This record gives sequence, C-alpha cells and structure tokens, in this order.
Amino acid sequence: MARGTRRKLHFSKLYSFVCGRSKFEVDHSQIGGPGFSRVAYANAPDCSEAGNLNYGSNYVSTTKYTLATFFPKSLFEQFRRVANLYFLFTAFLSFTSLAPYSAVSIIIPLIVVIGATMLKEAIEDWRRYRQDIKVNNRKVELYHGSSTFGFTEWKNLRVGDIVKVEKDNFFPADLVMLSSSYEDGICYVETMNLDGETNLKLKQSLEVTSGLQADSSFQNFKMIIKCEDPNASLYTFVGTMEYEDQEYPLSPQQLLLRDSKLRNTDYIYGVVVFTGRDTKVMQNAMNPPSKRSKIEMKMDKLIYLLLFSLVVVSSVGSVVFGIISSDDLQVGKVKRWYFRPDDSSIYYDPKRAAVAAILHFLTAIMLYSYFIPISLYVSIEIVKVLQSIFINQDIQMYHEESNKPARARTSNLNEELGQVATILSDKTGTLTCNSMEFIKCSIAGIAYGHGFTEVERAIARRKGSLSIENEQSKENHEQAKPAIKGYNFDDARIINGNWVYEPHSDIIRMFFRLLAICHTAIPEVDEETGKISYEAESPDEAAFVIAARELGFEFYQRTQTSISIHELDPVSCKHVEKSYKLLNVLEFNSSRKRMSVVVQDDEGKLLLFSKGADSVMFEKLGKGGRGFENKTKEHMHEYADAGLRTLVLAYRRLDEEEYKSFNKRFMAAKNSITTDRDEKIEEVADSIERNLILLGATAVEDKLQNGGMKQIIITLDGPEIIHLEKDGNKEAIAKVSRDSVLYQINEGKKLLSSSNTESFALVIDGRSLAYALEDDAKNLFLQLAVGCASVICCRSSPKQKALVTRLVKAGSGKVTLAIGDGANDVGMLQEADIGVGISGAEGMQAVMASDIAISQFRFLERLLLVHGHWCYRRISLMICYFFYKNLTFGLTLFLYEAYSSFSGQPAYDDWYMSLYNVAFTSLPAIALGVFDQDVSARFCLKFPMLYQEGVQNLLFSWLQILSWMFSGVCNGLTIFFFCTTALQHRAFRKGGEVIDLEVLGATMYTCVIWVVNCQMALSISYFTLIQHMVIWGGIALWYLFLLAYGAITPTLSTSAFMVFVEGLAPTPAYWIITLFVVIATLLPCFIYLAVQMRFFPMHHNMIQWMRFDGHADDPEYCQVVRQRSVRPTTVGVSARVDATVSQLARKVHDMVHLPP
Amino acid sequence: MNNVNGSVVGSSSGSGDGSAPRRNSKRPKYSRFTQQELPACKPILTPKWVISVFTLIGVVFVPIGIASLMASNDVVEIVDRYDNVCVPPNMTNDKVAYIQNNETDKSCRRTLEVPKHMSQPIYVYYQLDNFYQNHRRYVKSRNDAQLRKHSQENETSGCDPEKRTKDGAPIVPCGLIAWSLFNDTYIFAIGNKNLTVNKKGISWKSDRDHKFGKDVLPKNFQSGPLIGGGKLDDTKPLSEQEDLIVWMRTAALPTFRKLYGRIEQDLNAGDVITVTLENNYNTYSFSGKKKLVLSTSSWLGGKNDFLGIAYLAVGGLCFFLAVAFTIVYLVKPRKLGDPSYLSWNRNPAGH
Repeated sequence: MARGTRRKLHFSKLYSFVCGRSKFEVDHSQIGGPGFSRVAYANAPDCSEAGNLNYGSNYVSTTKYTLATFFPKSLFEQFRRVANLYFLFTAFLSFTSLAPYSAVSIIIPLIVVIGATMLKEAIEDWRRYRQDIKVNNRKVELYHGSSTFGFTEWKNLRVGDIVKVEKDNFFPADLVMLSSSYEDGICYVETMNLDGETNLKLKQSLEVTSGLQADSSFQNFKMIIKCEDPNASLYTFVGTMEYEDQEYPLSPQQLLLRDSKLRNTDYIYGVVVFTGRDTKVMQNAMNPPSKRSKIEMKMDKLIYLLLFSLVVVSSVGSVVFGIISSDDLQVGKVKRWYFRPDDSSIYYDPKRAAVAAILHFLTAIMLYSYFIPISLYVSIEIVKVLQSIFINQDIQMYHEESNKPARARTSNLNEELGQVATILSDKTGTLTCNSMEFIKCSIAGIAYGHGFTEVERAIARRKGSLSIENEQSKENHEQAKPAIKGYNFDDARIINGNWVYEPHSDIIRMFFRLLAICHTAIPEVDEETGKISYEAESPDEAAFVIAARELGFEFYQRTQTSISIHELDPVSCKHVEKSYKLLNVLEFNSSRKRMSVVVQDDEGKLLLFSKGADSVMFEKLGKGGRGFENKTKEHMHEYADAGLRTLVLAYRRLDEEEYKSFNKRFMAAKNSITTDRDEKIEEVADSIERNLILLGATAVEDKLQNGGMKQIIITLDGPEIIHLEKDGNKEAIAKVSRDSVLYQINEGKKLLSSSNTESFALVIDGRSLAYALEDDAKNLFLQLAVGCASVICCRSSPKQKALVTRLVKAGSGKVTLAIGDGANDVGMLQEADIGVGISGAEGMQAVMASDIAISQFRFLERLLLVHGHWCYRRISLMICYFFYKNLTFGLTLFLYEAYSSFSGQPAYDDWYMSLYNVAFTSLPAIALGVFDQDVSARFCLKFPMLYQEGVQNLLFSWLQILSWMFSGVCNGLTIFFFCTTALQHRAFRKGGEVIDLEVLGATMYTCVIWVVNCQMALSISYFTLIQHMVIWGGIALWYLFLLAYGAITPTLSTSAFMVFVEGLAPTPAYWIITLFVVIATLLPCFIYLAVQMRFFPMHHNMIQWMRFDGHADDPEYCQVVRQRSVRPTTVGVSARVDATVSQLARKVHDMVHLPP
Repeated sequence: MNNVNGSVVGSSSGSGDGSAPRRNSKRPKYSRFTQQELPACKPILTPKWVISVFTLIGVVFVPIGIASLMASNDVVEIVDRYDNVCVPPNMTNDKVAYIQNNETDKSCRRTLEVPKHMSQPIYVYYQLDNFYQNHRRYVKSRNDAQLRKHSQENETSGCDPEKRTKDGAPIVPCGLIAWSLFNDTYIFAIGNKNLTVNKKGISWKSDRDHKFGKDVLPKNFQSGPLIGGGKLDDTKPLSEQEDLIVWMRTAALPTFRKLYGRIEQDLNAGDVITVTLENNYNTYSFSGKKKLVLSTSSWLGGKNDFLGIAYLAVGGLCFFLAVAFTIVYLVKPRKLGDPSYLSWNRNPAGH
C-alpha cells in the first residue's frame, strides 16, 4: 500500500508534440460544411462579407433572467410549487362571489409572498448582472488600423478583430493566436478558470504568422479563418487559416480560450474567432445540479398531507352545509325564513342543495387556506439565505493563508449539514495540504533523511515510544532552519555538497540529476532576487525539482528542446552550467505509472531517465541494475509505513543506433492517426524503458492539514468515515474474480457479526470495488461497509467514487456528505447529498461542483457541528412552528364556521386574516430560523454528540411534527371554546352591550396572536434583543393595527370600525379573557416542557443544564458526558499500521491479495 | 449562492490569488452579529423558574377568579322563555300558522317575580336561539353605503333578494338583516304602574354616528309581498332607529341576546312585573326559542360564572402544580449529567 503512484492521471499537454491527439483530429476537408461553417475575416470586421455573418457580440450574460423574461420566468418558477399554485387558485376564485372574504385581502399576501421571493431572485440576478458588467467592461487592446492598438472594452469585440493581450491578463474571447513575444510563437497559458488545472499550458502559433511581432506588422494584414461552429469541447478545435493565398490547418494548439490567462509571456497577438456566448467557456457554463434537502422533501409531504386534510375538512363541511341548506325548504315549508330560501342565489339554494354544496366546497377551500402557511416557502428562503451569509461570514472558517472564507454556494442544504450520517472524503488535498515535502530518499541502498513524518509521530505518540522532548527538540530544530516550501530534507551526509564524500557519489549525482531533468516543470526566475521558483504540474513534481535545487542541481531554464541546470561538479566543487538536449518525453499516464525523458548531455551521450511507481519500475530493471534492489525495497516499505509517497528512480544509457531506431518508431507512432495510436506509443516507449539501472527511491510527505483528520475522527464519532483513496496499495492484484470478492465480503460480514466489541475498518481497492459494486454484490458490500467503523477505498476512479457515494446514499437512506478538492471528486460531490469542496491548491473544479466550499478540511468540523446543527435545528423548528401556528389559526376558523352552520363565514375581518401570516406571526418565525441557538458554538464543538440530534432526525421526526400539529389543534380548540364560553350571549361590559361577530372575532384573534407568539417564546431558549423585538413587537403590532384600522373611515374598515377603541379597550372582560385564554392554552405545553426539560431532557437540554449548573468547564464531568455517547470506534490514519485495531482490515486486505 | 452562474466567467476575482499579490483580504469583518455572538439571555426551565411561574399564575389568577365570581354573583338576571306559552292553546299544533296569521291577536301577558333587589339600570334583552345571524348569506346581505348616506340609497348590491321593490325602487334599508328585523314588543308594569323602558342609547355610539346616516329615511321597507319582520317609522332617520341598529350588528353565535332597552329604576325583591308582549316574531319555523331577559350588569358584564370558575380552577391547578413540582424536585433530584437521559444511548443501533 505504498503511495508510490503518481496522482495526476492526465498529464499536461506541456510539450508540443504531445498535443494534437489523433482522436481529436477531424478531417480538415469538412471545413465549410455543416458544423464547420464559421468564417472570421481578420482585420476586416466591417467588410461586407463579415457584416453578413452576424455573429453575436462579445457581451456575455450569465444572468438567469432578462428584463423581458424576468416576470414570466420567475413567476413560472414560483407556481411550480403546489402550495403556491393552490394559493393562486384561491386568488382567482376570490374574485367570484364564492369568496368568503374580499379578493384584495387574499391577493395582497400572495403578492407579498411571491414578490419577496421574486425580489430575492431579482437581487441575485442583479448581482450577476453587475459581475457581467465588470467582466464585459474589462479593457483589451484592439487593432484600430494604421498600426495602432487602442484600448477597448471586451464587449465591443467582434469576430475577426485583432487583439493584443499582455502578460497576466485574461483572454477576452476565443482567439486564434498569431504570434507572441517569443521568437518561436509560443506562449504559456493558465487555464484554472476552465478546467481547474493550475499548471501552465503551452500554446504555439503557426510558423507563418509567428513573425508578426510588432504593432506595425498588421498594416495590411488580411486573413480568413474558417473553423468549426461553437461547441463545448475545450480540447478540440478544427479550422483553417487562409493567409497570403495559402491555407494552413489550425489545431487546438493555436486556440486561446476566453478566461484563461496569459502567463510568462509578455504579449500575444490573436484574431477573435468566437465571441460571447460562442466561446468554449460559455458553452461549458452550466448550473450545478440543484439539490433539495431531506427536510424540504418531508415538508412537501406535509404540505400534501395538509392539502389532503383541507379537502377532507372542506368536503365534510360541504356535505353538512348541503344537508342543512336543503332542510331549509321542504315541500313549500320554509324553515329558516330569514334567509329567504325560497328566493335564493345558487350558492345557498336549498332546491339545488347538491350544487350549493359543491360551490360551498370551493368557498371552504378558500377559507381553510389558512391551514397552509402561505409564507412558509418565502420564509424558508429568506432564512436560508441569511444562514448562508452567517456561514460565509464565519471568521473561524476563514483561512488566513489562502485568504479564503467559507462559501455556501447554495443555500438549499444548510439544514442538511446537520444531518450528515456518512462522510465520504477524498484523501489527497482534502485531508492533506497537497503540499509535498521531499523528506527522505534511498540512494544506492542507503537511506538518507532524518525527518519524522506526521504519521510516524502520531503512531509513536499512540505507542508512547517517542519521547516528547525528542519531538520538541526536533521541532525547535525545524524552526531554526529557514523553511523552504516543499523541502524538508535533513541529512548531513548529503546537504551542502557533502554527498561527494559518500561511497556511491556517482550514483547520488545521477540521482539528483534525474530529479532535475526528468519532469515537466517550468522555471520562473524572479528578476529581482534571481531566485528560481517552479511552475509544476503537480506538487510532488515541484518537490523533486526543489529538492534537486537545494542539493545543488538547480534547474533554471527550459526551452522547447533543452533543459539547463547548474550542477555541482564533484571534482572542482563548483557549480557548472550544464545543458541537456531534450529529445523525447515519454509522458506519464495511469497505466504506465512512470515517466521518462531521453536527453543528450553536452558530451553527446544519450541518457534515458525514468521515474515511476515501484510496481512497474522494478520489473524494468536490467540485470546489472539490480544491485541494491532489496535494500531499496526495504526502505520503500519503511517509507510507505511512514505514510510517504514513494517513487523509484532509474536510468540507462542509450547508444546512437538504439536511439535512432527508437525515435523513428516513436515518431511514427506519434504521427499515426489510427485509433490505437496511444497503444502504439506506449508500446514503443515500453520497448526502450528496459534494462534500467536502479538509482534509488524518493519519499515525499503529503502533509496533513492543520488539525486535520485526527481531530475530526475523534470528535465526529457519529459519522462513519468512508475513505476513498486515489492511491495506496502497491501490490497490484493480478486477478480477483467476482466470486472471491463476494466470498470475502461474506466472510467479512460473519466476522463482523461475531464480534460486537471491536470496531473494524474495511479496506478495498479499486479493482475489487469494481466487483463489489456490481448489482448482485453491492447490497452485501453495503451491509459490510455500514457495519465497519471506517471503510477505505483505495485507488478508486472518479466514477467509482461516485458509485460508492450513490450506493451509500441509496442504501442507508441517510444523508451523505462528500468532501474533495480535485476534478476527480466532482462526480462524488455531485452524487452526494451535500458536496463540500476544498478550495485548495487543485484548482476550482471541485469548488464549482460543490454546494459549499471551505478552504481547509478542519473547517468541516465547525461547518457541521456548529452551523449544520444550528441550521438543522432552526429550520426544523421553524417549519414545525409554521404548521403549528397556521393550524391553530385555521382551526378557530373551522370551528367558527361550524357554528355558522357551515356557511363559510369567517370569524375574523378580512384584513386580520390576511395579515396573520405576513405581519403578526412571520417575523418571530424568521428570527427563530436565523438566530436561534440551543447551545452556543463552543458547546456545539465541545459536545459533538449533540450532532446526533440531526443524524437521528429527532427534531423533525414525524412524532415531533405531529405533536406540534396536535398542539396546534389543541390550542385552536381551547382558544375557540374558552373565548365563546367566556363571552357567550350575555352582556360583556358594564353598559350592557352584548358581543357581536366583530367583538368575538377581535377577541379570539387577540388570543391567537398572543398564544402563537408566546408559544414561540416558550420553545426557544435564546433571547437576543431581536427575539424580544419580533415576538413582543408582533403582538404590539396587532394592537397598533387594530387601532389604526379601526380609526379609518368605516367605508374601508367596515365592521371593524372603532372596535378596539369603543368596544374592547375599555372593557375589562376583554383583557381578563385574553389573559385567561393565553395562560390556560399554553399551560399544558408549559407543563410538558418543564417535565421534559427536567426529567427527559434531549441532548441540547442536557448541555443547557450543564451550562446552567456551571459544570461546563469541569473537565472530568464533561468527559463523563462525552464518553457515554461515544461509540467505541477507533478510526485512524494509522489503521493499517495499528494492526490490533483493524483485524478485519487485515483479513480482507490479505485475502484480497491472495490469489483465489 | 449568487455566484452560481457567474462561476466560470466571474471567478476572475479569485483566480489571481495564485501569484498576484493579494490586494484585499477576504477576511470576514468581525462583529458580534455576524459571528452570532450577540448578547443573549438564555433562560431554561429550572425548578426555580417553573415553581415561581406556577405560583405567580396562581397568585394572579385566584384573586381575579374571586373578583369575577363576585361580580357575576352580584348580577341579578330574570330569564323568561315565552315562545311556547304565548300561543293560544288551540294553535299549539300549528304555531307557524298562528304566527303567520296577521289577523290574530298576538298579545300575551307574562308575570315575572324579582328575586333580589335590582338596582338601575336594568337591561332588557330579548334572546333568540338557533337563529343564525352569522350565516354568510345573512351577514353579507346588507349595504353599508346605503345605510350611511341618503345620496347612496340606490346602492343595493349584496342585498339580494330584498333589494328593490317590484317596480325597481330601492328598498332602504335593503337586505335580509333589516328585512328580518325583530318585532316583538314588551310593556312592563308593576301593579298598575308602568315601567318606562328607555330605548335611547342601546346601540353602539359609533354605529349611530358613523354607520347609520342622519339623513337616511326608511323607504319601501317591508312593502313587498312577503313581510319578514318589524317595520320602521318612515319619518325617523336610521340613526335614530336604535332597534334596527342593534339588530344590524350581527351576532356571533346562533344563540344571542340583543338589547331592547333600559329600565331606569330600581326593582325590589318580590316585585312582580307584568309584561304585556306582542308575540310577532316567527321563530317557530326553525324551532328557535325566544326569551325575555332582565338583567343588571357588573364591571364584567352580565351574569357569567364561567370566567370566575375558570380562573379559580387554573389558579388552583397552578398552586397544586407548584407544590407537586416542588415535591418531585425534592424527591427525585436530577442526577447531574446522567447519560441515561440521552435517548439514543438506549438504543445504540440508532433508528
């Protein structure tokens, strides 16, 4: 399981002959035909032919809406929700005389709610628009004719324009490169915004145009470029260039893509071929898949449930109404004559009672719309956006070094963060910093390097063998030395040129020479200090070059055909310049697992340098080259155990003849355009990488991130960590049949079930995984995996990662979180319920695909334990509360209607009702959703088992939801019956006045407002000024509204005119009824809470108690609480080493390696 | 979430981080608000709190309960149901025919004995049962604009079917409510001395002043073929027709009382009141009851024991709970940090 193989699977197309793969080659004869119709007239954008083409401008819009489409599109989005559709339906109905209340009073809340959501959309789109404007107004130098270039905005570019782009600027559109500041027309391009790769790519113009290096060269420049139509493929391009009456083929090599950046090149000239929407990057731009949280899905079910019960309640009401109505007029006998049933409208007609009942059903549907919280969706959206802002603003998730705060890219999943049951993590770059340090090496069978790796330290600490002093002294030592990134090698025998005195100095020399030559890095010389830094395609490559530099083999220049290094000459002990002619690069790929270069040194000797994974390299050694094979292997095992990534280095000399024949075959293979081109190249390369002479092995450490996984593993005791590793396991498994995998899985399961006390880790590699993921085996595999404390999947492909994720997600039905940093994690991130991207060194791919981006793995702890827990609690409580408050309110309406013989008469004034959701009760719920904290962040982190509330979904279980709803129903019942009984038909004040509809409505409404707001105050235990303001403010607002509404002319306020001033406020009965109803209604809930808090506390209650009792800082006490909830799991980096812990791992591991 | 689409194009701001010197730090600004560290009060239901809340409720509720009960006890109420007895014996089988016959004499005499001293004012109510004034069709069957202003007497929308006369003239006041105006009358006497019933000021002032116009005179009222209830004096503006104003304030529940008038003199215990009433109003069709009520009032209104009893019950319950919780807290103190409270520890396998 040594981490010997290289990480990057696809190598950069750094070198010119690597590019232009056969599969991309399209017959140039197609040009001009369908799909290849684009024509660009360079330098003549105004000529008539160009004018006819009418290609789009370079204006790029990433907005979702335009001014014209905003309303229809966003409205459509809104009304795709069932609840909103229902409200729209009731709004339409409200214009008919079916409506129990005025149309305005139902439409205004709907407009407010829909409007708020649309406003949010509009603001977000406006931000995008602003961003667009910024991008579109960037300046670029455009050829104006008469040999001058002048600045213009990006958006003004048209197809055929000639532009000049200077160093470190972005390309404004897709350009065909004409020339650069370099003689040979090359330039370096960084494509991080496109594919996330940070390495530089080399582009080269056609030779015919590479001479156009001055502004003046474009004086009479004419050129016609014909090429393919816009498409999304970043790595293909087919076209021809007609220049000076000659046609030249164009390849991707000449195409500079928009949003990539010019590096290491002073300037380039190019012709615009694709603009705006047509550019490849825009063709690639797409929205990340939208995910919905489990809570929201459950909430939808709840809405359906409510809709259903609404229909049931309405139809019951309608049937009763029909019966009563038809009873009013029987055989000419009029019963309730005061309704004039003999001369009735269709809505009440006893003669057509069935029709009346059906119409009444529609009325009831409208009346009971208060069962469904209209403002729920918009409140949730507002709350989630605010929650995301809190996540983004969290100073403790800001990483100083990379200057990156956490970024919630979607706010849909906040509460899901509090329910994660399984974490799937990528290793490299996610758990580690992805900054490699050259730490040890084995040369000629002798191990060099004293450094301790973190893994070694961790193991030692666990075993207690390494004294702390020792470690400290080492750390002091480390501090003393100026740290060089990527280099942590310390051995007096090697450094400062001392290697010259070592026994095998010639081999050592060759070793370092290899490190300095066999790579694809590009040096960058700092002009001021003369220091050299390297642009390497992967951090371990950089580590090698840096190590070589530090040890006296400074690679300082690369041209197309040569590599120059400063080398320490062992004889003169001086640095001499050496230049190597670079003849071939045999690139790295995942099947070859090695890379070689063929160079010719200044003496004319031909050398082949090779480095690669031990599994392939040892086979390639020649008879004479195995001198210290065993020693090296031994060292490599040690390194692997210490958690280091190892590579084997070897070389050989070539003679002229051999090279010539090789080169011929190699070129032939390169230039072939058949489908098996890659295999041919591989075959040829393989033929020369033989009889190698072993030099030694390198070991680089991929540092764990600060406070990385150890802490996470200890604290996140709930989630199982399933660990998807890209590499590891050095012994390739020759053949593992499906049967054997199945057998092993079954064995593993037996083992698992036979032992309850121990915890297991499961290690499975990519090939076995392929079988395990097949349909018949995957359920078994899942059962096994779920039973294990941790599962390590090594060497799995991106697709397998995604498959495992899907398996776990589907199989366990619980929330999965995937975390990763590289392009190869994208599938996994998108497949998981939540994808967390690490915005680390590996570019932006993972971040682009993620839902939430953080800059360090350790922030995951805070993200989940603090924000996740809070968001989960807030959202679930808020949804429950919404349903509660609307049920309470809706039930009073229903009961009152029952008392008005189901005639559809609402108990309250129209405006009381419509403002219920929008004004009086929404703000407290939103405040709950945004600010509530059951326990503070400190305690969230201190007691991670609190997180289990989310994993087990204790706060949004059906029991919880239904008990909230039950409580709503009970509250509605008590409010209605207490109010009606207390007021009755008797006089309710000194003046002898009796209650009427208006007085009863206002009194009951007051009680409802008080009860739901006080219920809110009861259910939260976190009062900031904001909470006080919204809760008590909501109640105060009601009184104010009542005053104001009653004060306006009776034309508008109708029956509510002066109700408060005249009828309620001076009446003692009104106040004491309110007091009584509120207290009596909330008393059962209060008793329940008091009992539950004291005798059946939930976990957050426990911690609240602890804080209250002041025990929170008593370490012993905390330990007791904490330990009890921790399942006896031991998961660790060193599981493989720590054999006692992971028996199963070993077994499975071993079995996998035995031939079946 | 705002950068979803602009990601590829717009990420230029972040892309330069690799090499270009950082100009602006993206470090979030510290504020107690954004870091969610606002000063907060975090009360939890400690025994102290629970017991004091219960005690407080008890302390507040019991006196209120006693006061309410006393107020209710002070109220003297005489209720007399007369709808069934004020029908001539020969008509008891067909009360509807009796009441709908305009020819028959509807007067009826009742005697009420005053049980306790009643100090003035004594409110006279009529009480109807099973009468759905809160039915939607009924509630909506009126036109406020017409009632308010003479100039809008043609506004009769919503008044169906009592909207206009046959020849199209608007009915003022239109609608079913007005049409079904209660029209029983009561004349009270003790011995031979008539008790005057003051019918002024029995309606809400806001109704008289703002909802029923001083210039609106009844017009074409009860002139149709079917006569519902009472008639109005065509010479008095609506604002002075207080019986109508009271009737037009629709009752909330199917059993309701409405103020008929005030007797502004004390009645002594043992006084026998003779009521001569006109039994005009038809409640027989829908088997409703009619009652005559004489009642005094307290600060709490009429006679209603419910509030007092409820207050006392809740107050008592709270005292009981306070005691009970105290005992339980003492007997079974919470074991601090007893992890057996943790629900998921009881079933470690999870759900």
